[in-house]
Amino acid sequence: MSEPRTIMTAKEMARTLERLASEIIERRGEEGALVLVGIQRRGVDLARRLKKLLDARLSAPTLFGMLDINLYRDDWSNLGISPTISSTDIPAGIEGATLILVDDVLYSGRTTRAALEAILDFGRPRRVELLVLIDRGHRELPIQADYVGKRVNTASHERVDVLVAERDEQDKVLLRAKA
Amino acid sequence: MQWKHKDLLDISQLSADEVRHVLATAAYFREINSRPVKKVPTLKGRSVVLFFAEPSTRTKTSFDMAGKRLSADTFALAKSGSSLTKGETLKDTALTLQAMNPDGIVIRHGSSGAAQFLAERLECSVINAGDGRHAHPTQALLDALTLSRRWGGDFAGKTVLILGDIAHSRVARSNVLLLNLLGANVRLCGPRTLLPPRLDTWPVTVFSEVAKAAQGVDAVMCLRLQLERQQAGLLPDLREYARTFGLSPRHMALAAPGCCVLHPGPINRGVEIDSGLADSAESLILEQVENGVAVRMALLYLYLTRKSPDAAQSGIPV
Amino acid sequence: MPENNKPQQAKKIDLAVKSALWLGPLKSQAKASSQKGSQPGSQLGKMQQPKGQLVDVLVARGRIVSVAPVGSLDVHAAKEIDARGLLLLPSLTDVHTHLREPGQEYKEDIASGLCAAAFGGFSNLLCMANTRPVNDTASVTEFMLEQARKSWPDGPRLFPIGALTKGLRGEELAPMADLKAAGCMAFSNDGRPVASTELFRRAMEYCQDLGRVVIDHCEDPWLAPAAGVNEGEVSSRLGLAGQPDIAEAIQAARDVLLAEYLGAPIHLAHISCEKSVAIIRMAKARGVDVTAETCPHYLTLTEDEVAGYSSSAKVNPPLRPRSDVEALLDALADGTIDMLATDHAPHAAHEKEVEFDAAPCGISGLDTALATSWELVRAGKLPFGAFLRAWTTAPCQRFGLPVNTFAPGDPADFLLFDQDATWVVDPQTMKSKGKNTPLLGRTLRGRVVAHFLAGKSIV
Repeated sequence: MSEPRTIMTAKEMARTLERLASEIIERRGEEGALVLVGIQRRGVDLARRLKKLLDARLSAPTLFGMLDINLYRDDWSNLGISPTISSTDIPAGIEGATLILVDDVLYSGRTTRAALEAILDFGRPRRVELLVLIDRGHRELPIQADYVGKRVNTASHERVDVLVAERDEQDKVLLRAKA
Repeated sequence: MQWKHKDLLDISQLSADEVRHVLATAAYFREINSRPVKKVPTLKGRSVVLFFAEPSTRTKTSFDMAGKRLSADTFALAKSGSSLTKGETLKDTALTLQAMNPDGIVIRHGSSGAAQFLAERLECSVINAGDGRHAHPTQALLDALTLSRRWGGDFAGKTVLILGDIAHSRVARSNVLLLNLLGANVRLCGPRTLLPPRLDTWPVTVFSEVAKAAQGVDAVMCLRLQLERQQAGLLPDLREYARTFGLSPRHMALAAPGCCVLHPGPINRGVEIDSGLADSAESLILEQVENGVAVRMALLYLYLTRKSPDAAQSGIPV
Repeated sequence: MPENNKPQQAKKIDLAVKSALWLGPLKSQAKASSQKGSQPGSQLGKMQQPKGQLVDVLVARGRIVSVAPVGSLDVHAAKEIDARGLLLLPSLTDVHTHLREPGQEYKEDIASGLCAAAFGGFSNLLCMANTRPVNDTASVTEFMLEQARKSWPDGPRLFPIGALTKGLRGEELAPMADLKAAGCMAFSNDGRPVASTELFRRAMEYCQDLGRVVIDHCEDPWLAPAAGVNEGEVSSRLGLAGQPDIAEAIQAARDVLLAEYLGAPIHLAHISCEKSVAIIRMAKARGVDVTAETCPHYLTLTEDEVAGYSSSAKVNPPLRPRSDVEALLDALADGTIDMLATDHAPHAAHEKEVEFDAAPCGISGLDTALATSWELVRAGKLPFGAFLRAWTTAPCQRFGLPVNTFAPGDPADFLLFDQDATWVVDPQTMKSKGKNTPLLGRTLRGRVVAHFLAGKSIV
């Protein structure tokens, strides 16, 4: 097995998040309510950081929520274990707002599909967008991100691990062979 | 955590870590129950048979709601509607149910050991919703969730009094096991005629006077008194029972500050519990009902999505 | 006891069993010993299993001619059997069985019950009256005896027990003189104990006139009757309504007090607990004409067998804690409990495969009784003499049955027993139709290799 390769350093990650925040502001300006919803678990950490960046630059604070999509999975029959369920907390006021789903890696698209289904159980946003730190390709569903931190060419036998300081003591993105 | 049990028959099967996992999972499911759309597609396409050979409205409804909120299809098989009354044995009922290939069966039955009997003969998960006087593990878990929320998850050093008809109570048996597992002290109090034999072999302290039993306790679980105990010669009358063993505000005054009251329902107001007390701020009775749905959702989730044999090795693709 | 004690002169020997291991004393060596010889148990007392000696057994016209050290007799027999490596035992007597015929032949019938008895080592069988119809009329008794004659003409011998009350209902006395004339050897309401002490008293008096012993199943009719599980640690944990041991002891006390008051005999069935033992011990010390039996399962199994709601261990009276097992072993060794019986209670598989509450009580015992009780002898928990007394002389004396003490003239009812042969208890190895035993699947040591009844080979 080859050594894991760093495809994004801590510094690069910080810069990337800055850029993504700028893109959001550029695209949307100040119009309407904005809700960031992080997908458990590292998408939540990234969404929190983005909220901080946006709040520093926008006059109205961005709403924040988190979503666990495990209950919406479509792959139960393939799973070996029951995933541990994490918190879901969607703020009131997504009705008519622009909602940005935040996830660490976009891969098959199944997580995003589940997240879209979940979100609709909480209300009807005017628009839902997708922001990911890494898009590694290999889509299995017709889904694409509106905001992408970095596109990486990967093989299906490889794995992308996003490490965040909140849980993993450091910011870093690694590409490694699957165990 | 990989859930390794096929069936939930009694608390004695579970480790403390497994119980905590159930409670943690149930805590998240509480959130679903407060959403505008109280339904997730998790168990879409799975079927759960609710086999209630003993009348029970609240437990059956709670399981039914739990299943439906997870998008499972639930099928009720009540005693009056089943062939049990036509002389079919439990074994034949079991085989018939098996042939319908459900993913889980929730059983309530009047005979102790009936859930185990079914579990030994069925491939699908069997969840015990109360068997005779033996066990009612989902009730104990929802009680634990209720207390856990009250106490911030810390049971160590807490003392719980279980009051009333212990002898005939599956709720008491399961709660004694579970509270001990989580590190709480358990006291029992009831008339001698309603206490089980050989309590010296149970991990409990036994009292015969409520006033002494209630001293310094952090929670009181009242048990429902079946009114037929009087005919069975176990009690002189309900008035005397209410006076000597009914929980009243004066007992609460002896308990630890913040002591709360639980009851598995349905309540006989003025018999095992003072009517005002049942409606008081100390009463967590309605929260128990709410937690019941969440706990049963957690259990259905854990037992019905447990390792499927053909895909045991696969990880979780994200 | 031997009524046909012919002089020991040269006669035609029909059967010679050679080089069998016999653990008891030899009676043919001293003439005087044939008098006391009918009570080897009392002679041997608390002896541990003796080393024994190899003997030859000579049989003529169905009776023992001689048992002597190997090679000391030089006779030619019509048939000779090499019994090297096998233990010689007298056939056993079981005073407590349920053979279910007439009426419940799907559980057991007389032919299958006698088959299990023959292979289990029993030559005499008493069967209880709780058949359908109840054995409360002479025609039922005659039917039972006829079924036995037809299926096993050479034995095991069947001795029906008549009902004490009509229909076992505990309301009116059964026609016991008629039943005696038809062949009933004892009377009992087993399975449905007589609640009315007044009626029970009259039954004892009536039986005494007939020279028959009343057998009582001691069970208080109101203290969790037929619960099938002991009231104790296990029932408390499992949430089962248990029966306390006093339910038996209270009735045992009633019975021995009645027996003392009336001067009438009483036999107490399947004693299961220390409290009953204490009552029997006290009664015997006061000279009451009381005998008692216990069963192999009460000596070898405890209430823990019920732990998994195992209905095969549901039996009435129930299996008790270890302390009761120890007390029963002591009582059997010292003679407080006189005899062993199986309480063979066969049931169909589907009847036991139900919720514990709904299952009938009973253990199928004829197939396993000898092996399990011999294990107690082997382990030094039961002296060989007490074993012999409990399975042969005590029951036969009490109920007037033929018994083999290996004295000249005794009926040649004996077994060749391979005490080291192992076998697994399973539906194939069991001869009884009832496979309901907690021993199912377990390996036992000791098998009957040959069984002679009145000199004829029946196994």
